[in-house]
Amino acid sequence: MSLVGELERICGRGHVLTDRDRLRTYESDGLLHLRERPAVAVLPGTAKEVRRVVRACHEAETPWVARGAGTGLSGGALPVADGVLIVLSRLRRILAVDLPNGRVTCEPGVANLAVSRAVAPTHFFPPDPSSQVVCTVGGNVAENSGGAHCFKYGFTTNYVTGLEVVLPDGELVVLGGTELDRPGLDLVGAFVGSEGTLGVATRITLRVVPVPETIRTLVAYFDAMEDAGQTVSDIVAGGSVPGALEIMDRLSLRAAEEATAAGNPLDVGAALIVELDGPTAECDVRLAEVVAVCKRNGARGVRVAADEAERELVWRARRAAFAAMGRISPSYYVQDSVIPRTRLAEVLGRIEELSAGYGLAVANVFHAGDGNLHPLVAYDARVPGESERAEELAGEIVLACVAAGGSITGEHGVGVDKKRYMPAMFADDDLAAFQKLRCAFDPAQRANPGKVMPTPRLCGEVPGPYRRHPLEEAGVAERL
Amino acid sequence: MSARVERPSSAREAAELLASGARVRPRGGGTKWAWAGAEEPEVLLSTAALGGVRELNAGDLTAVFGAGLPLADAQAACAEAGLMLALDPPGASATVGGVVAAADSGPLRHRYGAARDLLLGMTVALADGTVARSGGKVIKNVAGYDLAKLFAGSLGTLGTIVEVVVRLHPLPAATATALGRGDAAALARGALALAAAPLELERLDVRWAAGGGALLAQTGGVSAEARAARAAELMRDAGLHAAAEGDDGLLWEEQRAGQRDPGGTVLRVAGLPAELERVLGVAERHGAALVGRAGVGTSWLRLDAAAVPAVRAELTPFPCVVTDGPAGLDRLGPRDTALVALERRVRERFDPAGVLV
Repeated sequence: MSLVGELERICGRGHVLTDRDRLRTYESDGLLHLRERPAVAVLPGTAKEVRRVVRACHEAETPWVARGAGTGLSGGALPVADGVLIVLSRLRRILAVDLPNGRVTCEPGVANLAVSRAVAPTHFFPPDPSSQVVCTVGGNVAENSGGAHCFKYGFTTNYVTGLEVVLPDGELVVLGGTELDRPGLDLVGAFVGSEGTLGVATRITLRVVPVPETIRTLVAYFDAMEDAGQTVSDIVAGGSVPGALEIMDRLSLRAAEEATAAGNPLDVGAALIVELDGPTAECDVRLAEVVAVCKRNGARGVRVAADEAERELVWRARRAAFAAMGRISPSYYVQDSVIPRTRLAEVLGRIEELSAGYGLAVANVFHAGDGNLHPLVAYDARVPGESERAEELAGEIVLACVAAGGSITGEHGVGVDKKRYMPAMFADDDLAAFQKLRCAFDPAQRANPGKVMPTPRLCGEVPGPYRRHPLEEAGVAERL
Repeated sequence: MSARVERPSSAREAAELLASGARVRPRGGGTKWAWAGAEEPEVLLSTAALGGVRELNAGDLTAVFGAGLPLADAQAACAEAGLMLALDPPGASATVGGVVAAADSGPLRHRYGAARDLLLGMTVALADGTVARSGGKVIKNVAGYDLAKLFAGSLGTLGTIVEVVVRLHPLPAATATALGRGDAAALARGALALAAAPLELERLDVRWAAGGGALLAQTGGVSAEARAARAAELMRDAGLHAAAEGDDGLLWEEQRAGQRDPGGTVLRVAGLPAELERVLGVAERHGAALVGRAGVGTSWLRLDAAAVPAVRAELTPFPCVVTDGPAGLDRLGPRDTALVALERRVRERFDPAGVLV
C-alpha cells in the first residue's frame, strides 16, 4: 500500500503503525465490545502533518477516522477496516491563554482537565465528562461533550468560539475565531457534535469562565427514588439552577460504596447530590432552601460537605459509579438516554419493569437536572446469550425514553452504538437534511464513515447549478 | 417592493412554497428586513400564521414556539410561569423565528448566550419541499447534526424556520443595576474587573457618546441588591463614578434601542472584552455613539455611513457588519475565501437552485 509509504514520509516511520500487535491498542474506543483493526494508525505531530495525512487519504480514496484519547462510549472512534486511524495524541500543546478575554487556544489532543488547569485558579472550562483527566478537547468537540454541570453551564458547543478544521479533501478552513458574532453561517455550531464526520479540528479556541465564588455541595438520602425525583423538581421550580443535580439509585450506591468507601449508607433508595455554585450571598440563601426542600420530601439525612475534602468524597462516589459496577457484575453496558425530567418517575418505573422482565439488574445513575439517564445494565458475558439480552434490554430502555419525549443520547454521541435508534427519533426527511450538511463538507464520505447515520446514503451531485447573483459574482455582495 | 405575500399556516405549506421555484424570503415582524441579501424576492413568506405557544413545559424548562410568534408574546407566556426566554434583542414587533434567523440578541447575551445557545431543536421547511426536524425537546441531547445552530443566523437562506424548541430559565426573583460613568480608560478597567468578578451578572453593558460613557451591570436573584452594590464598588475602584440604580427597566431599554438606527447606519463590531478602550477610541474619533456587551466584546456603533470603511480598517481584524445602513454599503466587509467557499457548498446542498434569497 503506497499510502503507508506516503504517511511515513509525512510523519516519520516511527509514527506510522501497521504491526498487528501495536494496532491492537487502537481497535476500539471506550465501547469495548466493538473492535475493528485499521490498516494503519498514524500519529501526526503537527497540524500541518494532519493536513497532509488527510490530503494523502483523500488522494488514495481511503476512509479515515480521527481519534483522541479513545474514551468515547458510542464507538465514535471505532476504526474502519482497511482505513486509516489518525491518532491526535501528539497534538497536545496549549497554544495561547488569554484570561482577560476568557479564551484558550489549544491543539485537539490536549486533555479536557488540562484546559482548566491552564487557567486556574481564576478560571475554568465548564464541560467536565467523567473521563476529563484523559479525554481530549478534540474528542469533546467531536462529541459535544457534557458532564455533571451541564444543567447550569451547558455543553462543549457553548464554549467553542473558533476551530481550524482540515476538511476531508485536505483543505484547511478556519471557522469562527476568538470573537463572537461574526458574519456568515454558524459553521462552528454545525461542526461541534458532528462526531468526526465533517473533518478534523487541528486548533480549537475555547471560552473559559471565572470560577464561582462559592461551591456548596450536599448529599441527601431518600428511601424512595420518587422522593429524590420530586425534590429535584421542587428545587428547580423554586428558581434555583444548581451547578449539578445527580441521583444514584440503591444498586449504583452499593457498587460505588464498595469501591470508594465514601461513607454513603447502603440501605437507602436513592442519593441526591446537589451542588450550588455562584456568588456566596446567593448560594447561602439557596442552600437553606434546598435543605428545606429535601426534608419536606422526606429525606432521611442531608449531609452538607463542610470542606473541599468532604466535597471530593461526595463526588468520588459519583464519578466511580460506572467503574464500580464491575464489583457487582462481571460486565455492564452503559446507556445514555434523556427524558424530560418531569417524566422521571414514569420512565424509571418502566426501566424497573424491563429489568424484571429480562432478569437483568439495572443500576441507575443520572444527571437529574437535565434528565440525562445513565442506566447500567449488568450482565455476565460468560453466560451464553446474556450479552445479547443485555443489549436488547438497553435498546428497550432507549426506546422507552424516546417514547417519553426524550433523546437516544445526551452526551455519549450516536457513533456506531446508537445509529440504529436514529429512526426512532428522526423521520426520513430529517435524516436527509442531516445528509445535506454532511455532503457539503464531505461529498465522498471518507471522514468517519458508518457513524451517526442509520443507513449509508450517497451524496450525489448538487442537482442543478447554484444561481449566483450578479453582485455575488462580481464579489460586491455575499449572502450572509 | 412587488413581492407577492403568502401566509402558509403549516410547515408543509411553507415547504411547498419554497419548492415552487420562485425566489422566496421569509418575513416575521420585518424589523431586520434590511439584513437580507441584495436579490429581490418574488414571494414574501410571512410567518404570521405560523405562530403560537405550542408547548410550555415549565417543569422541564423548555418551550416550543411557532416561528411567527411575537417575541413579546413568548416572553409574556414564560413570565406567567415564572420563567423567561433569555433573549432580549431590540424590535418591539420582532418574532421568535426572526430573532433566531438573524441571530440577534440583547444584553442578556452576557449570561445566557446567543439564540444559538438557547436552541434545543428546530423544524425547518426546505427548498426540496420537505420539512425537517433536528434536535429534540430535552435540554441535553446530542443525537444528529445540530442543524438548529446552522440555521440560526442564516437569514432564511438555507430554509425557513417554522418552529423552535428553546431552553427557558427562571425569571430572577429580583434585579438591580449598578451604573458607573467615566472616561474610556476607566470604563475599560471597570469592564474587565466586572467580567472577572464572581458576581454572576445577568447583563454587563457599556454605552458611549460624545466624549463620555457608562458601564451598566445588572444582577439577578435573591441577593441582587447586595451584588449590585458590590458591582458599584468595583466600578469605583476602577475610577468610575458609580451608583446602584433601583428601577433599571428604562436603562436597559436604552441599551437595546442603541443597537438600531433605522434610516441611519449601524456597524456591529465583533470585538473582544479586553479591547474595549480601543473600540471606544475609534468610536470617539469618528463621532459614533456606541452600545456594547462589555463582557462579550460585541459593540454597535451608530455612525455616518461614510465612516464605515475607515472604522473597519482601524478595527482590523475585528469583523464589522453593517446592520442598518444605506444600500450599496459593503455589509460584511472582507471575508476569508476558503470559508466563503465552504458556506457556498452548504448553501448549494440546501438550496441548489438558489431560490432562498
